[in-house]
Amino acid sequence: MKLELRGITKRFGSLVANDHIDLVVEPGEIHALLGENGAGKSTLMNVLYGLYEPDDGEILLDDVPVRFAGPGEAMAAGIGMVHQHFMLIPVFTVAENVMLGHEETKAGPLGWLDRRAARRKVSEVSRRYGLAVPPDALVADLPVGVQQRAEIVKALTRDAKVLVLDEPTAVLTPREIDDLMAVMRRLRDAGTSIVFISHKLKEVKAVADKVTVIRRGKVVGQPSPSASEQELASLMVGRPVKLTVEKEPAKPADVVLDVEGLRVVDPTGVVQVDGVSFQVRAGEIYAIAGVQGNGQTEVTECLLGLETPTEGTIRVHGRNVSDASVHDRLRLGIGYVPEDRLHDGLVGSFSVAENLVLDMYDREPFAKGVAIDLRAVAANAAMRIDEFDVRTPDAEALASTLSGGNQQKVVLARELSRPLKLLVVAQPTRGLDVGSMEFVHRRIVSERDKGTAVVLVSTELDEVLGLADRIAVMYRGRIVGEVPAGTSADEIGLLMAGSTSQEAAVTGAAPHGASNE
Amino acid sequence: MSDAPVAEVAASEPKHTAPSRARRTALWLRSTHPVVVTVLAFVASIIVGGILIFITDTPTRKAAKYFFSSPGDTFSRGWHAVSQAYVALFEGSIFDPHTAFHGSFWHALSPLSETLLNATPLILAGLAVGLAFRAGLFNIGAQGQLIIGAVFAGYVGFAWHLPVVLHVIVALVAGIIGGALWAGIAGWLKARTGAHEVITTIMLNYVAVALLGYLLTENGFKRSGSNQAISRIVDGNARLPKLFPAPLRVHAGLIIALLAAAGVAWLLNRSRLGFQLRAVGANQFAARTAGMDVGRNYIVSLVLSGALAGLAGCSQILGTNSSITGDIDAGIGFTAITVALLGRAQPWPTVLAGLLFGAFQAGGVTMQSRTTTPIDLVNVLQSIIVLFIAAPALIRALFRLRGAADTSGQQLAKGWNG
Repeated sequence: MKLELRGITKRFGSLVANDHIDLVVEPGEIHALLGENGAGKSTLMNVLYGLYEPDDGEILLDDVPVRFAGPGEAMAAGIGMVHQHFMLIPVFTVAENVMLGHEETKAGPLGWLDRRAARRKVSEVSRRYGLAVPPDALVADLPVGVQQRAEIVKALTRDAKVLVLDEPTAVLTPREIDDLMAVMRRLRDAGTSIVFISHKLKEVKAVADKVTVIRRGKVVGQPSPSASEQELASLMVGRPVKLTVEKEPAKPADVVLDVEGLRVVDPTGVVQVDGVSFQVRAGEIYAIAGVQGNGQTEVTECLLGLETPTEGTIRVHGRNVSDASVHDRLRLGIGYVPEDRLHDGLVGSFSVAENLVLDMYDREPFAKGVAIDLRAVAANAAMRIDEFDVRTPDAEALASTLSGGNQQKVVLARELSRPLKLLVVAQPTRGLDVGSMEFVHRRIVSERDKGTAVVLVSTELDEVLGLADRIAVMYRGRIVGEVPAGTSADEIGLLMAGSTSQEAAVTGAAPHGASNE
Repeated sequence: MSDAPVAEVAASEPKHTAPSRARRTALWLRSTHPVVVTVLAFVASIIVGGILIFITDTPTRKAAKYFFSSPGDTFSRGWHAVSQAYVALFEGSIFDPHTAFHGSFWHALSPLSETLLNATPLILAGLAVGLAFRAGLFNIGAQGQLIIGAVFAGYVGFAWHLPVVLHVIVALVAGIIGGALWAGIAGWLKARTGAHEVITTIMLNYVAVALLGYLLTENGFKRSGSNQAISRIVDGNARLPKLFPAPLRVHAGLIIALLAAAGVAWLLNRSRLGFQLRAVGANQFAARTAGMDVGRNYIVSLVLSGALAGLAGCSQILGTNSSITGDIDAGIGFTAITVALLGRAQPWPTVLAGLLFGAFQAGGVTMQSRTTTPIDLVNVLQSIIVLFIAAPALIRALFRLRGAADTSGQQLAKGWNG
């Protein structure tokens, strides 16, 4: 089906989120929508999906103008959407999730659900497009990649002719990304039109037939997918961008962090971290790579004291801090940038100024006896906002109203504004656009150069490769390999998928996917 | 980057343009600013209350039977009933021309004094609920804490005999401790076992009521020689002094309530502890990551909250009344939740909300005695105000307001999941 958006305009108050956007997606085409966070991609897709009504412009399907009052109508018209956050019910099976909202019932007055029909549909669709989704598995038991395919199956069983994938690769491993791209190509060849929303240049280049770049609500260009990453990034951000992190070789000094035999068993008896040991020296960035959910989160939480290890010791400058409280560890000079900044890093309903002292409000110069020196808080805010270029209307704006990149800058500004011995950063650029990413990376490197030991946990291979001085890969709670900077992405990718170092070193030589160049 | 993302999240207020002053005022009046919503909720409740009086008033209903032969009768009687009720409500709470000019100057102030008298415990208990809410806790147990506070203060008041000034201070401290202890139990349970404070505080209400019932049968607590369930009489030395000569009944509890409001305002906005409490209340995960002890904060905030509710109990037993009866709480503990909601858990707005509800209570008594409208109307009015504030969409629709949803009241009404 041919999808055409003509002059779509969507305003929120005086802000124009979409400004006369034109987009044509031909049948059997993968059309990438490239843009930074907040550029208006999601707004546009919500307009398409009937969640927002456009202020101006029209949507045409096969050259016929259509109007959707809600997602139901959009779905009925053949538009399927796979959201970044899956809309699946974890305790239901795949088949049950697929039939949800479109339940077929058996004949008769009782209207029994026809589960068999749903199962058959799932098997049929997944066989036809090689999706390999087990209809009877509980969604909660499936890996993220398969859950995503279940979402795609859900859309396809409703006869989606236009499939919108909103940041589909954010949660996937390199291998799963390859699989997804294969699925996208098969769907395209079967005639489905695909809108692929992303801000990851490599993926867009690898899979898209056409690219439309959006910046500040406007279409700024339709470069060829063969354009260089540099060109695409510059178009997206609106100025020349450096994609590689510039840094001097590390000058590692004394051991700052010494983790030995760390083991975390959660209350249900699942081993989250299984005997992890490593050392990090002052002035080096130690990266822990791995697919989300292989124990990295637990390791960082143990470092700050949010999680109590079942076994093992954590020493900072030789001092055993295993039993110290979070408060004491922060005092000791541990900086912590949590992976979920809105959940753990910021209080959304607090002002930027308050968030900038969230873990320092009880010490000089902000504490004045039992009171808080509001003037010192305000002065600090003014200084940090300036230093870290936080884009906020003012220091009293609520943290929740900032964009993701600016929220992350607030967290970084806070953690880097006190003297640190050890900086723990988890997923520092998750969901950030290229511009903010560049900034965050530069600050992490400069903190290293000040002689701080840095532990970086990231699922983004590019980030790990760009920043790390040493790289550890975690798989199922263990460090399966520790490799020097400069190791090939393929080798690390294999380690992330669970191969041992030796296997990875052997097979890693053979490239296996466009995303892992 | 840039300001575009904000646009995706919410339709923002028109801060990008600069309209004239008159236009700004007009915009504000049609906005969903909390003050506007609150005033409109009040107006709406008066209207709905009027309709209720209209359709329940007996003479009006009789006139309605021959509505089609003489519709004017129905409306005039209905109008009479409604206006009489609201006039009585006003006369009982603010100014009463019938009594103002008989007797001394102080008589004219009597309705206002009654309003302040009724408002005092509501303000204190409202602050208690509001403070806990700011710390992320639903303290439904103001009733129980008030009762235990009153029991402690009352016991010190009638069983001990101390010099003037000292006695009332000791009694107040006892009341504070009583309320704080009672709420502290819920706080400790939450910090230690994760038991939800809504459940524990409600259950502790029942325990407190039953405990009071038991005490009122015990010698040493019960007034000897009385058949009724009533306690001994609090010593004169332990009573909160009246602020004005008779017949005005308003007592020093009001001063305590205002000081408490100032204290809570300082605590929340200026103190380290308040910063912590608010951080834990707004996002316990971020608070924990920032090194705050979430469990300890739960205990501290409930203890402080209970202390305030205990003070409300003191106001009841050392000020308004002089002995404890089974209904010492008089519904204050629950009304306090709506007071806090109306005050959006902010100290000074809570004082205003307490005054409004105090006026309703004072006026309601007069209304009941002078008209055929029962005092229950007051509950209806209070409930409708809170209903409208908890559902600002209703007010928006009724008055065709513009702008994004104001969710502050909603949150308070919605946050039952802790």
